[in-house]
Parts: sequence; structure tokens; C-alpha cells
Amino acid sequence: MLAYIVRRLLLLIPMAAGMVVVTFGLLLLIPGDPASVLLGQEASVEAINNLRNALGLNDPWYVRLGAYFARLLQGDMGRSIFQNQAVSEIIAGRLGATIELAVVALILACLVGISLGVLAATRQGSIVDTVSMIFAQLGVSMPVYWLGLLLMLLFAVTLGWLPAIGRGTPFPEALWAALTGRPQVLVDSFAHILLPAVALAANSAAIISRLVRTAMLEVLREDFVRTAYAKGLRRQRVILRHAFRNALLPVLSVVGLRFGALLGGAVLTETIFAWPGLGQLTITAISQRDLPLIQGIVLTFAIIFALVNLVVDLLYAVVDPRIRLG
Amino acid sequence: MRLSRRFRNISLILGMSIVLAIVICAVFAPYLSAHGIEQMDMRNRFSGPTLTHWLGTDNFGRDLWARLIYGARVSLTIACISVTASALIGTTVGLAAGYFGGWTDLILMRITDIFLGFPAIVLALAIVAVLGPGIVNVAIAIIVVAWTEYARVVRATTLVLREQNYVQAARALGAHPVRILVKEILPNAIGPIIVLASLGFGTAIISESALSFLGFGLPPPAPTWGWTLAYGTRFMRDEPWLAIIAGATIMVTVLGFNLLGDGLRDVLDPRHLSRSAGKKK
Repeated sequence: MLAYIVRRLLLLIPMAAGMVVVTFGLLLLIPGDPASVLLGQEASVEAINNLRNALGLNDPWYVRLGAYFARLLQGDMGRSIFQNQAVSEIIAGRLGATIELAVVALILACLVGISLGVLAATRQGSIVDTVSMIFAQLGVSMPVYWLGLLLMLLFAVTLGWLPAIGRGTPFPEALWAALTGRPQVLVDSFAHILLPAVALAANSAAIISRLVRTAMLEVLREDFVRTAYAKGLRRQRVILRHAFRNALLPVLSVVGLRFGALLGGAVLTETIFAWPGLGQLTITAISQRDLPLIQGIVLTFAIIFALVNLVVDLLYAVVDPRIRLG
Repeated sequence: MRLSRRFRNISLILGMSIVLAIVICAVFAPYLSAHGIEQMDMRNRFSGPTLTHWLGTDNFGRDLWARLIYGARVSLTIACISVTASALIGTTVGLAAGYFGGWTDLILMRITDIFLGFPAIVLALAIVAVLGPGIVNVAIAIIVVAWTEYARVVRATTLVLREQNYVQAARALGAHPVRILVKEILPNAIGPIIVLASLGFGTAIISESALSFLGFGLPPPAPTWGWTLAYGTRFMRDEPWLAIIAGATIMVTVLGFNLLGDGLRDVLDPRHLSRSAGKKK
């Protein structure tokens, strides 16, 4: 197992280096003089020269790439052009909100997706199966920003049950407040996150439900399931203890990929629900063409995605010995 | 099994019908609407669906139906460019990686993994931010991530096909690798590529409309679906149908391509049907 972990960690190094190169490449894509393009036509010559120096544009690209690598290794992502603050500080201030939203959405997606998938597979050909397949098709096809708007219109504007925008108290603090006798803080926090999390989770729930259904149907045909039935075990026990546990394996591998999709989806969801996370910061950075900040955000998203996939791979290897031994 | 197969057949027919209807609307847009996209009818502002304005009008009395069918041209054009280019790039990479193996495979697949490691919309936004808006730039932003899917699938298919007898025979006869890839392997790998392309249309349309919705797609007056939806949200409280109809248009179109892709997968790869349908106990 240790050898597998070391091998996976070593593989992460060229992957991360490649991501840094791609992120750095964004600067090279800018047509013409990047400093003039980033600051706009009305920028003074002095401001353009300052930015050229800050971005190191007077050096060849490979020197800049080397310097970019060196800075990143020291945890320095550069300074934001418009916020005059370290990019890493700005990102750190927003990251928690996005992670919170993505994690809650992932939990919702897994709960709904797995339940629907198991229900559909165990009642194959029934109305439950058909409805869940229709749900899955709609979930995959529905743009996250449109679903978010519909949820907001229904539950916030029309019914007034939930807040339309903003974030409540961060979850760890809200949990502490609830434990110290102020449960309304946690309720408020949950009320704020519910709509954006549901909007974000719908697509992943649909994909997971399809996958679980397919995996369950495969497993239900296996000999060990037939043997379990032949031993006289109850259907519920066969499905939950024997089939379901094996069907969960392929789902685990998809969870990592879905987390990446949720991070991307957060950009749209956060914009609609004014959720103060990394997604909203992305839009601000891109509107201002704040390239160091854009590069920092893109790299942060990619590294989080890579780390989540690493954890999922390791978990997969723990659950299925064939992976680490193969 | 029977219900599932019937459901899949319905998927294919329904998907084809939706896609065909959208394509017809896009191609014949000038003949299907009496109004231009910027033509204002101030006496009928926020009219709601009527005989004159089938899907209603916005705050300037602009016809929503006209905006949506002309918008289909933009969405389909960008989807066509991005799907074609993604398929070409991804297929070439996948064929080379799968056929040559070794270092070629290792390097090409690690590059693929790197691009796959970025959340698609974030990288697309960053690319549009540096390149600026425009049909080609939006398409490039979509292609940069979309080609990876083709590369992985085509590589997997090529790994199986290169061991087939007819490929071995061609190699023994001294055929050039490019000829073997184009004449022997590619025709047999085309099924999964067609399925991915169909599903890719849906993904491209969602990505393009997301970029437009966020204000980074084609600038107005281009009648993009994403922008029409974003514009409709300004009147969400009192006139919600503008945003609802625009969003429903995107969803139905993507649904059409997804159903078509799923249906094609079952036609071109019957093993998938048996896997997903299973066998009822």
C-alpha cells in the first residue's frame, strides 16, 4: 500500500508542473502586448511599464516560466493588479466558502444519486425506474444557472421560505454556535446554503444515479448474489449488504471527477446566489482581466481537483486491493 | 429489459426529433419569424405569449421567439466548430497514443490528464478573458478541455483494435503507420467518436450559454441564448417567463443531443445496452 501511495504522489508532481505550465501559458495567449491589453487603452505609459516590470515581460518566456515556478514553490502566486494584495491571501479568504458549498453539494448529490440509482435498479422496468431515468436525463441537460434561478424564483421570491442570496455564518462557526446554545445560527447557515447546494448538486446527482443503477444491475447478476438468495437471505439484506457495497466501487471513482465539476459549477452558482467564494472572485478577476489573480484561481482549482482525485484513488485502493496490487 | 430497450428507442427518436427541429429553426430562422432580433414593438412590451409574439416580448418589445431561433444559429455554429475541432484533435492524440504506445502514449496521456484536471468552465473563462470575446475564441475555450474526452476514448479503442488480426496483417505487409491508423483503425473506432460528438454538442451548448450568461460570450447584439437568459433575469420577479423560456430552450436542446447520443450509443455499441439494462431477476 505504501508503495502505491508513493507512486501516486510521485505522479502528482509532473501533473502539477504541467498545470503550472498551462496556467503560465495563459499569459502567452494574450495577443499583442499583454500589459497594454490588461490595463486597457486609456492606461498611461508609466502604468503599462510598471505592469511590464511586475509581470517580467521584458524577459524571455522561459526565464519568466522559471521565475514563476520558483515563486510558486515559495507559496507566492504574485500580486493582484487591481486589488494590490497578494493573490494567495485573496484566494485564501474565499476558498472556505467554495469548499463548503462544493462539499455540501457533493453530499446531497451522493445521497440523492445513490438512493435513486438503487431504487431504479431494484425496481427495474417499474414506474420508479422510468421516473428516475427521466430525472437523470433532465438533471444532466439542465443548465445549473437556470435551475438556480428557478429554485430562487420558487423558494425565495414566490414562497419566501429561504433566503435568495448571500451566505450565513460559515459552517464550522455555525456548528460551534449551535453547540453553545444558539441553534438558530446553524439553521440560518443551512437555509442560506440549501438553494445553491441543490442547484449545484442536481447535475452530479443525475450522473451518479445513472452510474449506480448500471453498477447495481451488473452486480445483481453476479453469482455471489444468486448464492446469497439461494442461502435464503432476505432481499433487503442481499441488496444492501451484498450488492450495494460492490456497486459503490465505481461510484467512488466518479466522486473525485464530480468534485471537479462541482468546483467549476460553483463559478455559476456563486454568481447567481451572490455566494462570496472563489467562483464569484473568478468572475470579478476575469471582468477586470486581473491576470495574476486569474492564474492563481485557475491553478488553485486545478490543484484542489488533483488532490481530491488523489485521495479518491487512495481510498479506492484501500477498498479494492486489486488496484494497488495490479 | 424490454422497457429499458423501448425507453432507449424512444430516446433516439425523441433526441433526433428535437435536434432536427432546432436545426430547422436555426437554418430557416428568417422564414419562421416575422420579426427581427432588434426590432422593437413598444406598444407590446412584456406582452407575454400572443399570436403576434409567440413567446412574448421583452422590455423593448423585442420578440423572444425571433431571438431564440436566431440564437440557435450562434449556439449551433459554436457547437459545430468546437465539436469538430475537439474530435479531430482528440482522435489524432488518441490514435497516436494507443497505436504507438510507450513514451508517445505516456507523454500524450499525461498532457491529456493535465487538461482534464482543470474545471472546464474555469479554464474556458480564463481563455476568453485573455483572448477576448468572439465565435472562434469561445469555440477555442470549449475545445481546450473538450478534446481530452475523445483522446481517452479513442486511445482505449485503439489499444484493442491494434491487436486485431487485420491490423497485424497490414503491419506485416509493411503498411505505413499513418495508413494503418486511417484505413484500418479509424473506421472501426468511429462509433464511439460519433456518440461522443453527439453528447459533445450538448456540453458545448451549455458551455457557450454559460459563458454568454456570465457576460463573456459573444457581445450584444448577438442573440445568444445565455445572454437572452441573463437579460431575462433582470425582470425575474415580475416577468419570469423571459428567463424561464430562454433556459427551457437551452435545456430542451441539450436534452435532444443527450438523448440522441445515448440512443446512438445503444445502436453502435450493443454491449453498453446490455450493461445498462442488465437482466431482470
